[in-house]
Amino acid sequence: MIRSKFMGKAVIWGTALSAGLILFSIAFMLTIIFREGMGHITWEFLTTPPSNGMSGGGIFPAIVGTFIMVVLMSVVGVPVGTITAIYLTQYARQNSLFAKWIRFAVNTLAGVPAIVFGLFGLGFFVQFVGRGMDQLGGGEATVWGQPNLLWASLTMALLTLPVVIVSVEEAIHAVPRELSEASLALGATRWQTIWKVVIPNSSSGIMTGAILAVSRGAGEVAPILFTGVAYFLPHLPQSFSDQFMHLGYHLYVLTTQSADVEATTGIQYATTLVLLIMTFALNFSATLLRQYIRNRTRN
Amino acid sequence: MGRGSKSHQARVNQNSTLYRRQVRPIELIGETIIRIVAFVSLAAILLIFLFVFRESLSLFSAKTSMAEDASIYEASESYGDVPSDSGVPVEEAAVAAPVATATNEKPGSLLGNLFGLEWQPVSDRPKYGLWPLVIGSFKVTLIALLIAGPLGVLAALYATTFAPRWVKVWLKPAIELLAGFPSVVVGFFALTVLASILQTSFGWQFRLNSMTGGIALALAVVPIIFTVTEDALNTVPRALSEASLALGASKWQTALFIILPAATPGVLAALILGFGRAFGETMIVLMATGNAALISINPAEPIRTMSATIGAEMAEVVFGDTHYGVLFFIGIILFMVTFALNAIAEFYVRQRLARRFGSR
Repeated sequence: MIRSKFMGKAVIWGTALSAGLILFSIAFMLTIIFREGMGHITWEFLTTPPSNGMSGGGIFPAIVGTFIMVVLMSVVGVPVGTITAIYLTQYARQNSLFAKWIRFAVNTLAGVPAIVFGLFGLGFFVQFVGRGMDQLGGGEATVWGQPNLLWASLTMALLTLPVVIVSVEEAIHAVPRELSEASLALGATRWQTIWKVVIPNSSSGIMTGAILAVSRGAGEVAPILFTGVAYFLPHLPQSFSDQFMHLGYHLYVLTTQSADVEATTGIQYATTLVLLIMTFALNFSATLLRQYIRNRTRN
Repeated sequence: MGRGSKSHQARVNQNSTLYRRQVRPIELIGETIIRIVAFVSLAAILLIFLFVFRESLSLFSAKTSMAEDASIYEASESYGDVPSDSGVPVEEAAVAAPVATATNEKPGSLLGNLFGLEWQPVSDRPKYGLWPLVIGSFKVTLIALLIAGPLGVLAALYATTFAPRWVKVWLKPAIELLAGFPSVVVGFFALTVLASILQTSFGWQFRLNSMTGGIALALAVVPIIFTVTEDALNTVPRALSEASLALGASKWQTALFIILPAATPGVLAALILGFGRAFGETMIVLMATGNAALISINPAEPIRTMSATIGAEMAEVVFGDTHYGVLFFIGIILFMVTFALNAIAEFYVRQRLARRFGSR
């Protein structure tokens, strides 16, 4: 009896300790990053390019580069993901082989390591499509057959596709069936029902998917390592075939490849903080939206 | 999830003549587009495999031999200077090399080279032994899982059974916050803060080593293990735990001997998914493991993983040569391993869980 009581205490405290340890490490990371980074974030830091061989100045081109890449990525990824989700929920027979394969592909896509997406981007977009475009163009110069903004965005769009599909699917399932059935019963075609009833009612889900994808795209570095990101660019990207700077990659470069790592510690922390605040803000708004959807379905 | 639309489908099929009459040309085009776009994600998986495989094929065409590579490396002096500059000069080198040396072909030496024990891609006689990288990947993944596994599972058990209500409300979002950390940030933290703390407290010779990398990786993997385990624990029917409590078992006995065993397949799925995630993770290991291709079981020594090798070397490699092919080959290994793990987690484990409690 006494032994059992002791065991019980041990089990409860053991599990609580595990949870506590995880929470502690999160708090620890956040505290240090905020404490060290806060002092370096100034308006100037956010709006000027790096100077003195990265040891001074700000991160403006990295912020803009990340932003442009993320926008391009969403322009491609969100419609494709949304349409796929619509197909899976509205058109596919649930036991049809095609739908099963697509669902399997989406699940697999979600599990493929980010670096493999990078390899794919290099092998498919840069080497195959890009070079093909250059050869078709007939010019001597390599315009598309090298890493650039467009290929990086497309690679990232593919990476974030499952995120969009899953959240749009969830949102569509949250649309009460009575609504679409009423629409069909009134004589609307399936197409009309989708456009006039299903999509408007799941728009916040599509937003959630887009936001989550953007947050993932802003933080992920591995897929763009060799599909378009640049170490340092004096100017902002002017066209799709330009390279760009990226916040996450900037941080990686500052911490591992700069000549004097110690000198840039402040910049590193501040860059981390900017990146972290950006992703958290995005994730938080996605969570709020999702909460909103759930509450609406419950009522 | 599809129960609703299945019955809807059936109804539409019954009235297919009625339904078909309503279809207008624009809608037909639109619906075809939807089908085609839906095919994209399926095509993507096939294309990913195809193209990563295609780029590694140059390895097995047996045209390139080790001797050639040496000349390529001598030809391209820009190696390693400027990252992400695999543009024009690199191409010239690749084109020039086969012309320069077509002698000294040693067919079959490549495969032996891949199974070698040394990874030295940049030398006069490059060595592409994959063993150090494979062992490195497994070592750091194992360390991460040994830390994150128990931590995540126990924390999930706490969250579902013991935690008071107010803790429950906060615990899940807090741990999901950790999932939102970009991996560069975790890598940065491990590199600048964690490594120093660990080195001073354990007196390790190397600041960056597999233990530091493993702990950082555990941080990235813990949210997945926690979330999936928590889901699995929540699937266990309440009747089961209530019966146990009614028979006089205490709360902890019920949790440990009833709920946890009942959710084993789910816990297993969590661990497998965590393993897959850790195995493919790049930025954290690239920044925090020291990247030395050593074979050792000592956790205090640096290692180099497969993913980090691709990340570090691909931007600087000569297009189309053996090194390039080998990096893509490593990509294939990563893809296959994670693919297999996900398939196991998806099919085997989920199905067992479903069979045990009836489909949800």
